[in-house]
Amino acid sequence: MQSLPVLAPPRRFGQTSRRDAWWVQPAITFLILGSFVGYATWAAFQDAHYTYGPYLSPFYSPELWGSSPHAWFGAKPGWIPGWLPFSPALLILPFPGLFRFTCYYYRGAYYKGFWADPPSCAVGEPRKSYWGERRFPLILQNVHRYFLYFALLFLLILASDVWKALWFTDAAGARHFGIGVGTLVLAANTVLLSGYTFGCHSLRHLVGGRIDQVSKHPVQHACYRTCSKFNRGHMRWAWASLFMVAFADLYVRMCSMGVWTDWRIL
Amino acid sequence: MSAPETRTAPAPTAGGGMAAVEAGARAAAKSDRATSSAAKTATFRVWRGDAAGGGLVDFTLQVSDGMVVLDAIHQIQAEQANDLAVRWNCKAGKCGSCSAEINGMPRLMCMTRLGELDLSQPVTVEPMRAFPRIRDLVTDVSWNFAAKKSLKPFKPRAPDAPDGTWRMDQRDVDRVQEFRKCIECFLCQDVCHVLRDHHKHDEFVGPRLLVQAAMLEMHPLDTEDRVDDLRRAHGIGYCNITKCCTKVCPEGITITDNAIIPLKERVVDRHFDPLAKLVQLVRGRKR
Ligand code: SF4
Ligand code: SF4
Ligand code: FES
Ligand code: FES
Repeated sequence: MQSLPVLAPPRRFGQTSRRDAWWVQPAITFLILGSFVGYATWAAFQDAHYTYGPYLSPFYSPELWGSSPHAWFGAKPGWIPGWLPFSPALLILPFPGLFRFTCYYYRGAYYKGFWADPPSCAVGEPRKSYWGERRFPLILQNVHRYFLYFALLFLLILASDVWKALWFTDAAGARHFGIGVGTLVLAANTVLLSGYTFGCHSLRHLVGGRIDQVSKHPVQHACYRTCSKFNRGHMRWAWASLFMVAFADLYVRMCSMGVWTDWRIL
Repeated sequence: MSAPETRTAPAPTAGGGMAAVEAGARAAAKSDRATSSAAKTATFRVWRGDAAGGGLVDFTLQVSDGMVVLDAIHQIQAEQANDLAVRWNCKAGKCGSCSAEINGMPRLMCMTRLGELDLSQPVTVEPMRAFPRIRDLVTDVSWNFAAKKSLKPFKPRAPDAPDGTWRMDQRDVDRVQEFRKCIECFLCQDVCHVLRDHHKHDEFVGPRLLVQAAMLEMHPLDTEDRVDDLRRAHGIGYCNITKCCTKVCPEGITITDNAIIPLKERVVDRHFDPLAKLVQLVRGRKR
């Protein structure tokens, strides 16, 4: 490629001829994503109030080791050094966290909102140097599909949590089928996370996007079309599921702390 | 929010007697306003100059409903600044010639109605920033055509029928048909910060050419392999998927989601995913 003769000099940070409130969208991204990361980190370190009756907070699911009856392998094992901060959430939260962190949609959004690269379209940038995702560290974003595999696994686990949230234990210790508001909250969380995950660009590629003559592979073609449908709304699914997963944790936490009452519908 | 290299009227240096023309136009507009209350006036702050430099010059004129920015520029050209340079051709959003930056956003002048702009303030009309300026609103977009030559051309498989023709399933071409809508207006190249702000023209082909690469690479008949080029020569890793290209495309091509990200995923298959590499080795590359 040939080099270009003189170009207009790059604009200063924030300089633009745009008239609209171009800073609103990146500012909203910054606020919402920042608050979510803040809340999730705080909640993950609590190691308390993450279950209520049959409900388990999605931040703590799967509970590999822990003090609640939901724990897969019992209490915290002795080989985890005592000086290390521990909570069941800290063990598993990096997987969904990094799934979102490496998500193509979120990447584009936080490069704008948190890194101003660019602050918004056609608005001057704060830095001169630019590597993009070509070099370390951002080249690591390419591992996204591996976090997708975990995310798919987590969907199954969250679905089983919804199933468990349908069985309540009464005072005599007998289990009964029932539906509480908490059940609906956990179910909504699982539905929204599924919608988000099924629209993943990596999934869309893996199930059929990588094939040029997809008509020869009817199953993959059907999967590709389904993923593409979810993919068109990927941004909306991303925000809705982000909000819901934090709310589901908050709901379980508030019920467990006795602040909110979980209404039984059935 | 005017750029440092620009000056606002009335103090034009580029374009000689502009101040006089402009003053005349303003006076004319004023008297017209007095006689016809229905007529609206609007001010256009147009970049005038050449490769050596230039600045913004205000033109006030009467406008009417249904006009597009290109009409206003033509009116300025006819009535106030005969030497104003502007490239256009179809006035129908199909030739991709009239690309400019209107109120700071890359847009086609012929497809931007005045009705959608706030005429209570001057409307800025500037040339694209990602390409060298030639004169006024005209930029030299030839880099795009040179860069396009770095893409490996279409290489179809052997014909399917004895008469030298091919058979394709509509389901296979659905995806690439979107990319064929491109009118090469280069607005996406202009807004892309990798070219616009970081001037990586030597290392990154830009969204328009990634759309072209996607059209070829995903074509059901094509047998060429562009994945290594995409990573190295075409610099797809520079794209940080911030979607400004998608936002400005007048043809509504979902550039980032449907062209660039799927190509990035193909690069991941080849270069960053040991499992996929294994599968590819076993099953062969092109499908
Ligand atoms: S999405 Fe990529 S190609 Fe498009 S404008 Fe942003 S950086 Fe450029
Ligand atoms: S992809 Fe869209 S914005 Fe880019 S050159 Fe083609 S029509 Fe213009
Ligand atoms: S691209 Fe968003 S989850 Fe994979
Ligand atoms: S003049 Fe042809 S696209 Fe505007």
